Amino acid sequence: MALTIARPEWEQIRLHGEETYPNECCGVMLGQIGDDGVKRVQASVRCDNRQLDSLPNRYSIDPREVVHIQREARGKGQDIVGFYHSHPDHPARWSQTDLAEAHWTGCSYVITSVINGRATDTNSFHLDGYEDNKRFEAEEIRVE
Amino acid sequence: MKVLIPTPLRQFTGKQAAVEVAADSVGEVLTHLTSQFPELRKQLFAEDGRLRRFVNVYVNDQDIRYLENENTPVRQSDTVSIVPSVAGGGNHERLHGHSQ
Repeated sequence: MALTIARPEWEQIRLHGEETYPNECCGVMLGQIGDDGVKRVQASVRCDNRQLDSLPNRYSIDPREVVHIQREARGKGQDIVGFYHSHPDHPARWSQTDLAEAHWTGCSYVITSVINGRATDTNSFHLDGYEDNKRFEAEEIRVE
Repeated sequence: MKVLIPTPLRQFTGKQAAVEVAADSVGEVLTHLTSQFPELRKQLFAEDGRLRRFVNVYVNDQDIRYLENENTPVRQSDTVSIVPSVAGGGNHERLHGHSQ
């Protein structure tokens, strides 16, 4: 599995995490999933973090926002290929919370570590399986 | 009306991103959908027959939880969206995965 992303979108995702620090940022990645399983990110959409009681270490995106984003994306021939969020002062690795709350099988979850306000590592994890057996698999990020 | 199928559920609908259904309520929509695609049922509903907590259903721009849930009436011109929740967070617990 792999994720390809245009460099401007890559930079925007990481910048978003710096701007929201010390809180987690979040957003949607749009593009296409090829027959080869590679997710090609063509655009990203910033979202509001609705986890207001725990912004520094939790995130949630309003499903209504996802509905809107999906509708606009369909009009452009794009699809939701994944989501991104940041881990302020925490490694770019998925947590038990990330896995428990992940339900978009086949999509990528991109995590950026933001240390003291600066983006460091960005990793991508492909969600495989369903509720009974779901798991994250680390995948290559190809910045184009 | 049109039912939009999210990416994770398309393998259960023959890869269709949208399915046309004729129904008068959200409940009927979901019944017709799971009759046509039986494997979808387990993904949408818990063992007690209720929609799984992370499965959000919208009629146009409105969450059915704020309408009449599965009794929410629908019209042929409506769009029903199935949207799994998106959430998570670093928390302060053991983390997994590699670093680049």
